[in-house]
Amino acid sequence: MSRIRIATTVNGEPVEFLGGGSQSLLDALRDELGLTGSKEGCGTGDCGACSVMVDGRLVCSCLMLAPEAEGRRIETIEGMAENGELHPLQTSFLDEAALQCGFCTPGLLIAAKALLDRNPDPTETEVRYWLAGNVCRCTGYDKVVRAVMSAAATMRQAPKATEAVT
Amino acid sequence: MRSAEYFAPASVSEAVALLAQAGEAGRPLAGGTDLIVQMRGGRAKPAVIVDLKHIPELIGIREEAGGFLIGAATSAAELGEHEALSRAWPGVVEAANLIGSTQVQGRASLGGNLCNASPAADSVPAMVAAGATCIIEGPRGRRDLPVEAVQAGPGKTNLAPDEIIVAFRLPPRPARSGDAYLRLIPRTEMDIAVVGAGVNLTLDTEGTCIAARVSVGAVAPTTLLVEGAGAALVGSKLNEEALAGMESAIAAACRPISDKRGTADYRTRTACVLARRATLIARERAE
Repeated sequence: MSRIRIATTVNGEPVEFLGGGSQSLLDALRDELGLTGSKEGCGTGDCGACSVMVDGRLVCSCLMLAPEAEGRRIETIEGMAENGELHPLQTSFLDEAALQCGFCTPGLLIAAKALLDRNPDPTETEVRYWLAGNVCRCTGYDKVVRAVMSAAATMRQAPKATEAVT
Repeated sequence: MRSAEYFAPASVSEAVALLAQAGEAGRPLAGGTDLIVQMRGGRAKPAVIVDLKHIPELIGIREEAGGFLIGAATSAAELGEHEALSRAWPGVVEAANLIGSTQVQGRASLGGNLCNASPAADSVPAMVAAGATCIIEGPRGRRDLPVEAVQAGPGKTNLAPDEIIVAFRLPPRPARSGDAYLRLIPRTEMDIAVVGAGVNLTLDTEGTCIAARVSVGAVAPTTLLVEGAGAALVGSKLNEEALAGMESAIAAACRPISDKRGTADYRTRTACVLARRATLIARERAE
């Protein structure tokens, strides 16, 4: 199997690794870079547990090949807290108990952040449609939606936290 | 998953040369939302993957001679963010943005959706109704093909293994035109169409329909352009008689299978209902 050198940026840091031509970005993040926050729920793009941002766009990292990351800007859950301080979404997920087993949580947080970066004041319906690709088997979603709405309200009051990353 | 060799050519000629060399072992990669899943499941075992997203012609939306040229590997999300395209072709854009989740829409493309050749592909009936054309290139040169001529059956296309779709051409939009796409799934998101229906029409100043194309998906091995359905609308003010005529033409054209998503009878009836509703939405948009 031929492995190729891939140079990319992950959470603001330039990174190089050797990846396979059929390896998913998710497997490369987890196995080559040790970033195990992104999870594999289904491996077929249905559950969203592997959600990451690529050049400012929300994608399933299981639906991307590692070599496709060449020259791109990847953001994962590991980059969400800054200097040890949780993102308001992470805080509100804790406050609202928007998780039980936690497997879907990294993907939900990344997806919710992508929504709030582009729409700081979403309706509940917009939140539910945006997160339709993030499956959670524990919470029944109500607490997740409440946490996102509450984080959005918090972030609107503190404009610094809502600065888009793109 | 067997390892493949990955190439990211910067030009169409390089891409088709790589595919020609690889023959049956090569696969073009657009958004990857179908191909990577098929590789993982063992249904596709390419030895060579040719990523098309570094070719400038395959990415982006350009306005051209009153119409639009859409790079075949442009993501559905980009279509939704393009204001002029969304205004001119709301049916095409809403169909592309029904494919999978937000995450999937960030990658999935019109070219991939068409060439995956699922009978239930969401963007295809809308593109067929729109009268979109594919610009196809292979080692023997370029050719144009209407979108409805690309699918050959489930998972099969009329493209040679070394041909790719470079771009889609959406024709210039006459005044008082509108399009719409509707699909039925048992929930609101994240499912495969039981039936899909796309309608594109143009009205005159009196509200008489002067042009119409109707296409239905998931009711035959390929997406159908139902010419009789469009013809039933032309010359009418989209009254009950015309809509009933359109429904009869659709019912006659449908050849669905019965499966867990719906029986053949249910699919046929639903195709008629969705096409009727899409016609009324398209009319509202045209007015």
